[in-house]
Amino acid sequence: MNVADWSFDPSRTGRRTGIWLVLAAVVVLMATQTYAITNSPAEGDMGHLQKIMYVHVPAAWMTFLSFFVVLVFSVSYLWRRRETDDLIAASAAEVGAVFNGLTLALGMIWGRPTWGVWWAWDARLTSTLVLFLIFVGYLALRGFVDDAGQRARWSAAVGIIGAINVPIVYMSVMWWRTLHQQPSSPSTLDPAYTLGLRINAIAMLLVLIYFIRKRYEIARLERAVEHAAQSAAMGGR
Amino acid sequence: MAWRDDWRRVRAIARKDVTTELRAKAGFNSTASLGVTILILLGLALGPDAQALRDAAVGAVWLALLFSGVLAFNRSFQVELESGALEPLLLYPGPRWTIFAGKLLGNLLFLGLMVAIVVTVGVVLFSVEIPARWPTLLGVLALGVVGLVVLGTFYASMASRSRAREVLLPLLLFPMLVPALVAATTASKALLGADLMHDADAWIRLLAAYDVIFLIATFLAFEHVIEA
Repeated sequence: MNVADWSFDPSRTGRRTGIWLVLAAVVVLMATQTYAITNSPAEGDMGHLQKIMYVHVPAAWMTFLSFFVVLVFSVSYLWRRRETDDLIAASAAEVGAVFNGLTLALGMIWGRPTWGVWWAWDARLTSTLVLFLIFVGYLALRGFVDDAGQRARWSAAVGIIGAINVPIVYMSVMWWRTLHQQPSSPSTLDPAYTLGLRINAIAMLLVLIYFIRKRYEIARLERAVEHAAQSAAMGGR
Repeated sequence: MAWRDDWRRVRAIARKDVTTELRAKAGFNSTASLGVTILILLGLALGPDAQALRDAAVGAVWLALLFSGVLAFNRSFQVELESGALEPLLLYPGPRWTIFAGKLLGNLLFLGLMVAIVVTVGVVLFSVEIPARWPTLLGVLALGVVGLVVLGTFYASMASRSRAREVLLPLLLFPMLVPALVAATTASKALLGADLMHDADAWIRLLAAYDVIFLIATFLAFEHVIEA
């Protein structure tokens, strides 16, 4: 492949929209936190602890969304063999792992005062943890394979097989044990909390898109460096 | 008949793998010994109360199988790589899935033997009482081992060719095995006890579905994975 195909000019590929995106994400995130914390009433059983929901639940949604992105772009990569798809899947996996870790951490912080324990072997907790481990495996595989084509094909396969496993893991641990409250969503919530949750989800979505985008740009640059080094080693340009 | 030729390829690869193992024996001896050692260590860590050991028996046996199995899977591809035999294998005519099927069959025979040893030792060391429904228990064991071998062989085809095969394979494989582990251990515990709730059957169905789903998925994905 020609190095020219890999020339990548950050100023040309929408660096400005990137700045607007991050600004929007930060402003919306801050605004929704302020809104949600000041405007929603203290919950009957949990009091103000319930406020963790505004970040915990959207973080969980973003985790699943990222995994879905990984699945879609992995399938697309095996289908069309476009390197872009592989890089997007990898970026989504990395960002997804961060949101997954955040979901677990926030959940534990919420669980300790409400359930009295940091961790419980409950269906949703356990399957979220297993999902995290699948993300970790995916990222470890990418780290340990040097050939770009092999890395792309293998991680696509791991991404797809891992995604197939997610509902099976969920079902198996649900049968195994369940303690978690009904997952919070606008339909299970008192109306006083739904708006806060909804706009928080939008804020988190903006952050997610910004992160994946940024990670993708870096991945592109890394690939460009690899290609440049390769062609330099071949003695040409 | 095309399928007959494919079946011959599968058998040839499985026979080659089993023969290599039987002649060297090093792989089998080391993995089986590791399985038994893990059982002994778990016995020491959890014992010596007989009832506590009996309660932990199923989990201990499955962990021993997982940890020693992981070594076996990497070997099946490593042997090919060390002698530069994987490329010629890929160059032979015929569909690539036969390579996977052959490896799968070889690993299944190899691991089946190891499981027989580890489980027997587990039954003795953890003083397990053989229940009336022991054929069903063996069925659970077989279904669990099939799931383990299918995913283990598939991930080993990648991990063995990466830079860090020893650590990468368990990292990829173990999270994937969670449903199989939960289903196999819960069903076995139910069968060893009274199984008053008739839980075992539901878990066996889940385990069978898991095997079928990943058998199909790995066969489809192997084509992309094995490419040089």
